Amino acid sequence: MMKPLDLVGFATGAIVAHPMRSALTSLGVVIGVAAVVMMTSIGLGAQQMVTAAIGGLGSNMLIISPGASRGGGGGFVSQGAGSGMSLSDGDAEALKAQIDGAVAVAPTVRGGAQLAAEGANWNTRVEGVTPDYLVARDLTIASGRMFDDREARQGKKVAVIGQTVATELFGDADPVGKRLRVGAVPFEIIGVLASKGQSGFGQDQDDIVLGPLQAVRSRIVGRRVKGDNVQSIFVKAATADDLDRVQEDVTNLMRERHRIRPGADDDFSVQNMASIMEAMSASTKTFTGLLAAVAAVSLLVGGIGIMNIMLVAVTERTREIGLRMAVGARRAWVLYQFALEAVVLSFAGGVIGLLLGIGGAMLMSKLAGWPMAIASWAAPVALGFSMLVGLVFGAYPAWRAAQLDPIEALRRE
Amino acid sequence: MIEIEGLKKTYVMGEELVHALAGVSLSIGQGESVAIIGPSGSGKSSLMNILGGLDRPTAGRYLFEGEDVGAFDDNDLASFRSRRIGFVFQSFQLLPRLTALQNVELPMIYAGVDAAERKDRAAAMLDKVGLGSRMGHRPTQMSGGQQQRVAIARSLANSPGLLLADEPTGALDTQTGEEVLELFKSLNAEGLTLVIVTHDLEVAAQTRRRITFRDGLIVSDDHGDGAAS
Repeated sequence: MMKPLDLVGFATGAIVAHPMRSALTSLGVVIGVAAVVMMTSIGLGAQQMVTAAIGGLGSNMLIISPGASRGGGGGFVSQGAGSGMSLSDGDAEALKAQIDGAVAVAPTVRGGAQLAAEGANWNTRVEGVTPDYLVARDLTIASGRMFDDREARQGKKVAVIGQTVATELFGDADPVGKRLRVGAVPFEIIGVLASKGQSGFGQDQDDIVLGPLQAVRSRIVGRRVKGDNVQSIFVKAATADDLDRVQEDVTNLMRERHRIRPGADDDFSVQNMASIMEAMSASTKTFTGLLAAVAAVSLLVGGIGIMNIMLVAVTERTREIGLRMAVGARRAWVLYQFALEAVVLSFAGGVIGLLLGIGGAMLMSKLAGWPMAIASWAAPVALGFSMLVGLVFGAYPAWRAAQLDPIEALRRE
Repeated sequence: MIEIEGLKKTYVMGEELVHALAGVSLSIGQGESVAIIGPSGSGKSSLMNILGGLDRPTAGRYLFEGEDVGAFDDNDLASFRSRRIGFVFQSFQLLPRLTALQNVELPMIYAGVDAAERKDRAAAMLDKVGLGSRMGHRPTQMSGGQQQRVAIARSLANSPGLLLADEPTGALDTQTGEEVLELFKSLNAEGLTLVIVTHDLEVAAQTRRRITFRDGLIVSDDHGDGAAS
């Protein structure tokens, strides 16, 4: 009985004997596998980006905005947040007092302002918030402290700044205790936020100044927000399981407070971060599947290329096959030799394709600024499939080789 | 060593039946050297294919060292070819991408011989046929005579009982042809049974026994001594 290792020697020997042809034969599988790996990693990267983008807003969170939600109910109403000023401090206080399971209720207003401190200038977002905001958005203080409820209500002119603002205005120096002019209004810096980095939407989440709701509303945002109105209210539920019930309670309470008759449209909208995330990751999953399916077609084409070349090889090497049989090769061993040759070609293509695919995915993520994501199953699946392709498409040529009549084969010129 | 009785081989060509062998009985003893001669189509190649286990007879019995080859299945036949028979062909049939040494190793690979042992044995065989210095050469780097010597070394690799040569000098010039025949003679002198199929009477004159075929039948069987001269 011949040894299996010698079969591997035969297969690789034939492949190495024609390096150019072998490379071209494998190319189809190389491209196919590289495409599958790249496409799935692009899809996965997009999915992670979306998840990070939404997750970055805070977990277990509802966002209440003024104006009806898009596409909801009857009329065509699609107002951007802040265009209809239907939310107020009173709503936030009522929600905080009456919604069971809401761990944070954070009314906010926002605007842009030119900052000036110690001769440096910087333009950034300024948000007027309450201490609950930190809880709702999963923010933490790196140094100093957050203002408390009393300071927020009184409209004391104190500010907590993000890392980017701190660096731009003060460099390496500790900003806590320093003076900061926001527009024309002087504030005192009492804290610095821990860095959150870039959001999934490409926004620098550290480029921000938080001030007490009352102070920012009256001194910075100005005429755009009247009286005790706010632009949005963040509500954080204690647990993810609570989120749907809290959303229902919030909606009911808000309708009651805004005296909306049964059947009439809401004058506010409540967005559930969890359901948005679900919908978006479902759509990116579909997108990933589609890309992978397209790429898989090219893997199939690669397999057909291997079958084509192997059929040519069997015809070309008819005499070799006859000789092998004459000196003692069983039909099965000839079959294994040619099948193995196809599998080795395809598997080698799979390995190269995997490396190229990972390299390509890295390059793409660098160029597009996406997170780098290679599915954990990419390597085993790519290699397994490339072997399978070799086996499936190598089987027929190998069978043809094994069926040859040695006498006829030896006579062939 | 070889006993055949009433051997028939019939092919269907189109609508016609062709009797390549029409009932041949023959006995070849251990250590004989036999030439099988006859015009093309006389059945000598069919006989060689059956003797070598490449083909099965339509009817008749074939005993090799007392074993009924007709009862062998495909795998038995493959190992029969590998261990009991050495083939030498007119066109050498070396694999062009393998070195001389690797070509000689091939039958031993199919017989399951260890890598180290088969290298030693292949080298010894090449030494024996006078090519000890050309083991790393590929067929394209060798003359026809050298290629046929490699093929002979390969045929001896698994120490077969019978060497079957089909027109072994057909592709060689007279000089190298004679050298190859000398090699056959010395192998035969060592006890190897030799059967050469040829239509060249000068080649046939080198063996002790000559069997002539015509139309699938033996027409003469000359055991004559001293006919080699």
